[in-house]
Amino acid sequence: MKKLFIIGLKDLKIVFRDKPALIMMLLAPFLLTLGLGLVSGRLSSGSSSGINNIPVILVNQDEGQLGQALVDLFTSDQLAELVTPELLSDPQAARQQVDDDISTAMVLIPAGFTESVIPTDPQNPGPTLKIDIYFNPTRPTSAGVIKTIVDEFISRVEVGRVSGEVAITQLIQNGLIQPQEAMQIAQEIGIGSAESAGTSDAIILKTSTNDGSPMEFDVLAYMAPGMALMFLLFTVSNGGRSLLTERAQGTLPRILVSPTTSSQILGGKIFGIFLTGTVQMLILIVASTVFFQLSWGDPLAVLVLVLASVIGAVGWGLLLTAIARTPGQISAVGTALMLIFGIMGGSFVSRDMLPGWLKTLSLVTPNAWGLDGFQTLALGGTLRNIMTPILGLLVMGIVLFGISSYLFNRNGIAKG
Amino acid sequence: MSSILEVNNLVKKYDDFLAVKGVSFTIEEGEIFSLLGPNGAGKTTTISMLSTLFKPTAGDATIGGHSITQDPMLVRKLIGVVPQEIALYEDLTAHENLVFWGQMYGLSGKSLSKRVDEVLEQIDLADRAKNRVKTFSGGMKRRVNIGVGLLHKPRLLFMDEPTVGIDPQSRRAILDSVKLLNKQGMTVLYTTHYMEEAEELSDRVGIIDHGEMIALGTQKELTKQVGEMETLILHIDESEDLEKLALALRNVPGVLTADVSEHAVTVIVPGAEEALAPVVSQTNELGIKVRSIDIHEPNLEAVFLHLTGRALRN
Repeated sequence: MKKLFIIGLKDLKIVFRDKPALIMMLLAPFLLTLGLGLVSGRLSSGSSSGINNIPVILVNQDEGQLGQALVDLFTSDQLAELVTPELLSDPQAARQQVDDDISTAMVLIPAGFTESVIPTDPQNPGPTLKIDIYFNPTRPTSAGVIKTIVDEFISRVEVGRVSGEVAITQLIQNGLIQPQEAMQIAQEIGIGSAESAGTSDAIILKTSTNDGSPMEFDVLAYMAPGMALMFLLFTVSNGGRSLLTERAQGTLPRILVSPTTSSQILGGKIFGIFLTGTVQMLILIVASTVFFQLSWGDPLAVLVLVLASVIGAVGWGLLLTAIARTPGQISAVGTALMLIFGIMGGSFVSRDMLPGWLKTLSLVTPNAWGLDGFQTLALGGTLRNIMTPILGLLVMGIVLFGISSYLFNRNGIAKG
Repeated sequence: MSSILEVNNLVKKYDDFLAVKGVSFTIEEGEIFSLLGPNGAGKTTTISMLSTLFKPTAGDATIGGHSITQDPMLVRKLIGVVPQEIALYEDLTAHENLVFWGQMYGLSGKSLSKRVDEVLEQIDLADRAKNRVKTFSGGMKRRVNIGVGLLHKPRLLFMDEPTVGIDPQSRRAILDSVKLLNKQGMTVLYTTHYMEEAEELSDRVGIIDHGEMIALGTQKELTKQVGEMETLILHIDESEDLEKLALALRNVPGVLTADVSEHAVTVIVPGAEEALAPVVSQTNELGIKVRSIDIHEPNLEAVFLHLTGRALRN
């Protein structure tokens, strides 16, 4: 066990003396976060979120309460600073405004939307209709905000609908109402849900911490962990590369002829990568907190999520190392993986903007799970709220470690 | 003297290539044993198996009574290895390197720092201890590379061509340090393709070629195999046709072998005095200018030539 720590600490020392590696590990994510912060206005406007007055066009073709509730939500006082809604009736004209970069998105509430959610005749419900959001791809972050508002509204409506169904069933079963009264009550519950969903209190963009103090959405709370997680993949692939470099430069064979087991060497190398990744993440978190006044959320939960993210990422680093034959191969594949995972995992644009299948596929990336957790924490979540991302990252790390161990055992760590 | 190393029919095969073909020898406690052979002869593969880096395909060896295949961890505690390539962490200082490698051999605390200081003195780098290895010259790196192998005071030290690619001054320092270590009681297995190094250092020499041990014994015993043969080395200009000269000299009466080595033709004859005149005459006939001629009494080069028909450095 002692040798494991000695090897790990030696690797940490070597990495932190390697200037090009330090630039990629620390300076690049910091500068990219800084750049994105400037582009988004977060670091120049003085606004807490950097995102405000997002132009959005609402096309409400629904004549029911839900369509109106969504319009009311967008035009509410609480969202007045965040969004600038405009009501249009022609979807084509609205779409054109988005295409012309005048607006961030168009939200189209189809005719009969309320009827599809709260049918007047439950025996003959109509087809399920969906709210259509047409995004401006040049404004991914703002578009993500609009989508979050709509998603939250729909989620509230769905919760209201299901709980209404349950309530009415219970009332009928207990003989408190007659079946013929159910339709009337369902309508009332539906209208209540619509009103409830239409309050901006439901929107996660403006939420509260456990102690009730307000916590506002900060666009850097998305960008900073996005960049940190993306460059974490550089660190783990660089760590894996060091194993192959040691093999090539003869230090690995030299350790192998000392009274040190292969497991101790591999364990030490993994510990070194884990340690380097953790230190990198913590430095970036402290730096963004100090320089950008960014609030990452509950410190204990952030630490646990950092450790889980590093475990997930180290799994990928190990797999790369087990498969690659030369340090050059790891560098090439590692860089590609860093960028692909960065795009897929939401480091550049919200995963919500991805097609459904790609969004599902992106769960193989530590970026997706990690970002999910960091966003939750930045919005006031606690350790309990990020158990799913933590579990996802740990499972990822364990599965990839298992596969890599099998490959290392099969090939031997001294051989290419 | 008791044997510290006993090698029995060691074989290493890589796919279809037989790198080591059943090598056997012993090394006595306290001696310097050289494995002499040209590049690619199987020296490094043999050392890699003996140091437990690679498992032999067949055969076994014992070091201090422990089998390299059955008890590799016990073997590793008894041996020190100085690899052919410089195997150090360039971004760490000489001191940090020695501390790390000492820890890999189980040293810690005061005994580790004491030993690191001793080795730094021994390799004459105490004043550069805090400098990173990447700032060192090739010779200095070689010295640290050797120092790492000495940290835990091994009973048997493997040195794999430690003088390759260094300046004459550093080479001399390394050869002197090997002799000093041996004087202090360390047993050394030294591999080289430099005949002079093997001659200067070794109590016994094993000559290895194409993965086979072709001769084994003291220098005296080995040169006896060549009889009273002497060697003439004709130093010729690069521009001359050395192959043509070697071919012609093989037909001169009294010449046993004539082979091309670096800018020279090496000729083995029963008596140098008698052979000198016809050799020079033949060379003149071909119009080849000789810059100088060295006459050597029987040596390991002659032994290798005698056994393989090739010069050692070919």
